[in-house]
Order: sequence, then structure tokens, then C-alpha cells
Amino acid sequence: MNKVSSIAGMLKGVRYNPKYTPPLLITAILLAAHISFGILESYPKLLMAIGASFVTELLLHRLLVGSWRDLSSAYISGISVGILIRSPQLWPFALCAMISIASKYVLRYKDQHIWNPSNFGVVAMLLLAPQSVAVLSIQWGNNMWAMLIIWIIGSVSIYRLRRFHICATYVISFFVFAVFRSWFTGTPYLAEISPITGPMYQLFTFFMITDPKTTVKSKWGQIFVVVCVAFVEMIFRINEAVYAPFYALFIVGPIAMFIELWWNDRGQQEMVGEGPARTEPTMAIDNG
Amino acid sequence: MKTKKSKIGLFVFFAILLATPYIIANYDVWSVDSNAAFDQQTALDRHGFYMEDVTEAWGVDFKHQAPKLDAKLEHIMPQVASVGASVSVVDFNNDGLQDFYVTNSAYETDNALYKNNGDNSFTDVADSMGVASLNNKEEGVSMSAVWGDYDNDGYEDLFVTKWGKVTLFHNDQGATFSRVELGDEFPEWINSNTAVWFDYDQDGLLDLFLGGYFHESIDLWNLETTEIMPESFEYAKNGGRKFLFHNLGNGQFEEVSNELGLVSNRWSYAASSTDLNGSGYPDLVIANDYGVDELFINNKGKEFVNAGERAGMGFAPKSGMNVSFGDVMNRGEQAIYVTNISEQGVLIQGNNLWVPRRGKDQNIHFQNLAGSLGIELGGWSYGAQFGDLNLDGYLDLYVANGFVSDEEGTDYWYDFSMVAGGNKSIIADANNWPAMKGRSLSGYQENKIWLNDGAGKFREVADAVGGSLNLDSRSVATADLNNDGRLEVLVATQKGPLKIYSTTTAEDKNWIAFNLKGTTSNKSAIGASVRLFWNNHQQVQSVQSASGFSSQNQHALHFGLGKAATVEKAVVEWPSGQVDTLKSPVINKTHLLTEAAVHE
Repeated sequence: MNKVSSIAGMLKGVRYNPKYTPPLLITAILLAAHISFGILESYPKLLMAIGASFVTELLLHRLLVGSWRDLSSAYISGISVGILIRSPQLWPFALCAMISIASKYVLRYKDQHIWNPSNFGVVAMLLLAPQSVAVLSIQWGNNMWAMLIIWIIGSVSIYRLRRFHICATYVISFFVFAVFRSWFTGTPYLAEISPITGPMYQLFTFFMITDPKTTVKSKWGQIFVVVCVAFVEMIFRINEAVYAPFYALFIVGPIAMFIELWWNDRGQQEMVGEGPARTEPTMAIDNG
Repeated sequence: MKTKKSKIGLFVFFAILLATPYIIANYDVWSVDSNAAFDQQTALDRHGFYMEDVTEAWGVDFKHQAPKLDAKLEHIMPQVASVGASVSVVDFNNDGLQDFYVTNSAYETDNALYKNNGDNSFTDVADSMGVASLNNKEEGVSMSAVWGDYDNDGYEDLFVTKWGKVTLFHNDQGATFSRVELGDEFPEWINSNTAVWFDYDQDGLLDLFLGGYFHESIDLWNLETTEIMPESFEYAKNGGRKFLFHNLGNGQFEEVSNELGLVSNRWSYAASSTDLNGSGYPDLVIANDYGVDELFINNKGKEFVNAGERAGMGFAPKSGMNVSFGDVMNRGEQAIYVTNISEQGVLIQGNNLWVPRRGKDQNIHFQNLAGSLGIELGGWSYGAQFGDLNLDGYLDLYVANGFVSDEEGTDYWYDFSMVAGGNKSIIADANNWPAMKGRSLSGYQENKIWLNDGAGKFREVADAVGGSLNLDSRSVATADLNNDGRLEVLVATQKGPLKIYSTTTAEDKNWIAFNLKGTTSNKSAIGASVRLFWNNHQQVQSVQSASGFSSQNQHALHFGLGKAATVEKAVVEWPSGQVDTLKSPVINKTHLLTEAAVHE
């Protein structure tokens, strides 16, 4: 009894912070997928990505802002790089994580980063190191359950965070644009929708396009932007870009952010006031 | 943000990060003299050897033709009918000269058996010997061939794997071949690309492993369904089954795969056998397309234990297409090389070099060191063989690359990757695969010739030594065709010619070779090994039947010695368990060693 009391005493005052939900969720998905299908190839690669994220975040924040920073965001960046990047070598994992984190500090507008860090890091690696890097684009096994679990958990979680409309709009847009692509290219419709049944899209849909730090604020704005992402993706797909969704978000995301920040700044200057801070919870793959 | 200085530092740091891939990609180019124009003397000076295409000069004119399958596959025919070019080396008439057998894969095309005339010329004798006409509507088409003396009469017999009815030919004392009537234990129809002769129970009779690729229920010329494709790009288990035929003697076999635990429906592309854990019994390694590599450890001939996961090589799924063994670090242990797919910007699987180490549990474990040694990124790789091409005492590596070379400048990869990432209900149905429409898929890729520097690194030298080849290469074999002590490289290309490259090495390099004949053990001595000690080096090689992808090397084990003028000893371990030691064998000679007659 005394032991229980002492443990309770130790835990007194310890409160669960919702910001740890995304890291925990993505860790759970990762572990489930790895234990089932070995998606990681090796733990050193994942640890390298996470470690590089931590070090970069700690150093840059300390040097540029002057304080130590909570590492939950860097953890998500690292783990997402560890999942998405596919390379038999070790260095791309470290470099992608470092580029992702550094992009938050470098590519800023109105004192806010406008690229989703992981998206930026992944695209940078695809463009700069195609001889060494690919992105997760195959199935995690054959069973439907892995896919269903991710879709269900992801949907419920994202619904509770009031961002389900982003995912739903994107998925619907993808299926609609697939009809056009199939008609335009003559490719079977099932082939056109095939990619969205893979884990790359599950991660992209739930964890990347929903990132509050790099999506616009208004609900209808978010819906419009994500339709634009799907549209630009369609253009890339017609031009046979394998990693079309990443390229689409890489282009559309910052443009939308830029326009919104510029518009808000203009309005604030007119109103001489400050807008509300972004304090909404996140389960995004990068929350900067 | 603190200061302007900090900001400048940040931007510089970011720029360095972005520039890093470019620096890494070009480091080799910058650090090595890139003036790679081929010159024989320069190649000799720098790399110790050069290669010459002698195919035409040696009178070999063979062109492979691919099968034309069911019209329902017409839209993706090039990627389905993408294999069948194979080459297997043998001395079929025991004249001391290496001959070779080449397969064709279209109806009414002939396979070829090139007899070595001993004067740098070859004659196709397949027709007169009765091993040419195997490709027809009734029996399917040839995929590969493997030689082994299953009846211990002293002549190597021929087994041909098919997409169709497999065929076994008895070698009638090198004068002709007669077809062996196979019993009911053999499948009526199979879609197989790999077979291995090995004596798994060490009873002195060669047994036969046969691995399926497409499921054996599928007749690829008369499809009842289009759901014939792999159910996953990396986790498929809807391929062909495995067979293990135990040789009972007198030409009789019994099928024992289930009984011995050799059960798998992965898409087997290549298999090879050697004793990996020193148990005295040959183990089996299978490279599977659309899945993990499989390691079956032989438990004293009584069972095969699927030990791939436990040994560390059965977890990360890739597209395995080759199994070859080589003691690449001269440690007295053979590593396993498995080829996979690497396509810039799309799919970087990397080839595997499984290097053995003993775990605390005394079981064998493997670590993939292909990246560390620099032999990871080939292309869409198929066959690979180890061989000491420059005779410097270290095993080099030849890797065949290239999948479908169709219209230049076109690419099917986007469509391929779109479906490959999909759920099994999509990927498994050929109807869902977009039409290729004459597009290439990892086509026009250069084969790799990786030279082992003996210090833990390989360097690619194909251009620099005159060995460039960018045909869709499949099967690779090595053999000393002209008995000059240097290895020739034979490459079978899909829908293309068979190529032979001779090698010329620096004159101060020495070699030694051992041609083993069993007595108590199987006559082919398959499974025997030679451990050679010289000049503080040690290298082990073993006699195998199948090696690489759809290929077989020469029977004699060939060692480069560098400039060493003497060899300390050669230790021969026979499958029977007998160990013989040959002290100070003469160099620059092929030694014929017969079991129980080796002199100390």
C-alpha cells in the first residue's frame, strides 16, 4: 500500500500532454508494421534519423533562439524520415532528418516556416540524391488488416482533432482525379487508384497534409488547398512522377501558406492587432 | 533569430546539407582519374587485366528468343516473358576442355551445346547429341540447365528446367544423350527457373532441388485466369512450390520436400547449395523475387530448417534473383551474394552480400555488408559470379544488369511502381497492369565488373577493362575455356546474343585450379571444398552445380595467387567427410584430384 502511495505521490502533478499523442501514435504504427513486416530493414537507420533530428533541433534552436527545445516535434520528423526514406545506406537517413529540421529555421516567411519539414526533406533527397534514395512505395505485407487498422486509427484520431475533412477531401479528390487520369492515359482505373492502398499514402494523408503548422487556418481554405494538392498531383502523375504527392505538397503547401500569411499580415496591419496564436493540437507528421 | 551572423551561418549550414548528396555522388569521380578510355596496357597496369569480346572469333553465334505467352498478357509481355536466357558450363565428354549449354525459350527454337574444339573455337553439337529440341507447345520452353552425374558413371548428366515439362538427359559417355523417363513424382508442369544438384543426405548420390516461380497450376500459354501475378511486390507467397527429389539410385527418385520441411511458395528465381555452417551437410539458399531470401539449414540430411530469419537474412524483403558464394575477404568462409533491384530515384533495394559470423548461440548469422564493400548498387540485377579475374588472389565480382530494353528514352517505371504499391487484389491481376506499349523498364543498363582490392572495397571497372555490356543480361558463368589459367566470362542475354569475354592478365600473376572427382562421395564431387593456403592468405571454394542465376560455372575450382610463387597447402574436404591435404601443389596448373587418392 505504501508503495502504491509513493508511486501515486511521484506521479502527482504529472499530466499527460496531448502533444505527445502524435509521437506515440506514429511509434505504435511503426512498431506494429515493423514487427509484422519488417518495414524498417534495420533499427540503426531509424535511430540514425531520430538521432540526427534531435541533434539538429537542439543545436539550431539553442544557437538561433537561445533556449533548449522540446524534442517531440523532432522525434516525429526523425521517425517519419525513418519510415519514408528507403535506402540501403545509412547517411541518407541522417541527412534527410537534418535537412528537414534545418528547413524549419531557414525557409521562413513572417517568422513562420512554410514547408512541411518532412515533405521538404524527402523531396530534397529525391531530387538531390536519387542514386541513393527512394521512398516507401510498396505494401506492408498482403493482409488487409494492417491497412484497415491504420485507416481506422488514423481516421478516428484525425476526426477528434477536427481535421478529418482534410483527409476525406484529399481521398475523394484522389479518386475523382483518378477517373480523369484513367480516361486520359488509358490506364486501368484500378491501377490508378492502386497507390492509395499503400502505406506511403496512409502516412501522407494522415500525417503530412494535416500538419497545422503548414496548412492554412480556415476550414474551407484547407479543403480548397488539399484539392489543389490532389490536382497538382494529378498533373505530376500524368507526367509519370512516381512520388507525385510529395512534389504536389512541396509546391502547393508553401504557396498557400505564403498567401495566407501575407493576407493576414495585410489585414493585421489594417486592424493593428494580432491574430490568435496557433494552439490547436496536432497529429501531423511534422508540427515544427 | 539572434544575429545576422547566426543567420549567415545557418544559411551556410543549410547549403552544405543540400550539397552533401552531390559531393557524395561525385566523390569517386573526383578521387579517381576519370580518363576511362579503354586501353589494354593501361588496364593491365591499373587493374591487372583486360577483357575482349571473343564471341564471334571463337565461332559462337547464338541468339536467345523469348517465349510468346497467352495473348491475355500481350500488354505486359516483355516483363512476364523476361527470362530464359541461360548458360551452363560443363566438360560433357571428359576431354579436359570446358563446353557449355545455352537455352532458348521460344517455341520451335533450339538450345545449343557448344563443344570446345581446343583451338579457341566451338561447335554446336546439341542437335546431333539430342539435346537441342526442347521448346515446343507440348513441353513448354527452357529456362535453365544444370549438370550433375546423378548415376555416378563418370559423365555429367543434364537437367533442364522449364516453364513446362522438366527434362533429364542421361549422358551416354559423352557420345550422345538419352532422355530419361521421369516418374510420377516429377510435376507434369512447372514454371521453374532454378534447379540444384546436391547430395543433401551424403549417400553418394546426387539429389535434385527444383524451385517454382509462377504457380505450377498456371499454363502461361493457356491462361484460365489473369490472376497470375505476385500478390505483393515484397511479400508474395503465391508462387510455385518447391520439390526435393531424393535419388534412390538406378535412375529412381522420390519426392521428399514436405517430409524434410522444404516448404515454401515464394517466387524462387535462383538457388544454390554449399555447407555454410560447417556441419558437413550442404545447406540451401534460395533467392526469391517479391520476398525475402531463404536459408534452409540442413540438419544431417534428415530435415531442412528454415533459418533465414534467425540468421538475419530473412527479414527485409527485396527482389532476389541470384545466389552465388564467394570467400570475398579470404577469411576461409563463404559469403552469399544475392542480387536485387536498384533504380535511381524509384527503388533502391541494393544487392545483398551476406557475410557469415558465429553468434553466441553457435548458430550461423549473417550481416549484409554489400554497402560497406561497395557492391550494393547494380541496377535491375540478375546473375552474378565471383571469380579472380585479374589473378591477384582476391575474388572479383561480375554482375549482370538490365530488365527490358525496348524503345530508347522511354520508361515504364511509373506505371510499374503504381501497381507494385497496390493491394494484392490489384497487383495480382495482370489485367490491372498498364500496357507497356514498347517502353523500356530498367533497360540499357551496364553490367558491373567489381574488382576486389583485398582491403575491403570493390571498384567498378567494366569500362576501363573493356568489359562494357548493356544488353539485358541474365545468366553469367565463369570458366577457363582456353586452358590458359585465366577465367573467361560467359553472359547469356535475354532476346540477345550469348557473349564470351576472354581475360588477359599481367604476366607476373599466378594461379592454381583443382578438378575434383568423388569416389565414395558423388562422382561430381558436388559439395566438396578446397581450402587453399598461400602467402598468409586463405581462401575456400566449393564445388557447386547451380550458381548465380540460371547458370553453372566450370567444375574445377580456380584460385588466383597474385605474385606468389608457391602454395603452402590445399585442404580438400569431401562430402563423405574425408579430408585430404595436398602439400605444396604446383602452381599454374589444374590438379585432377580423386577422392581417396590424394597424396600428402
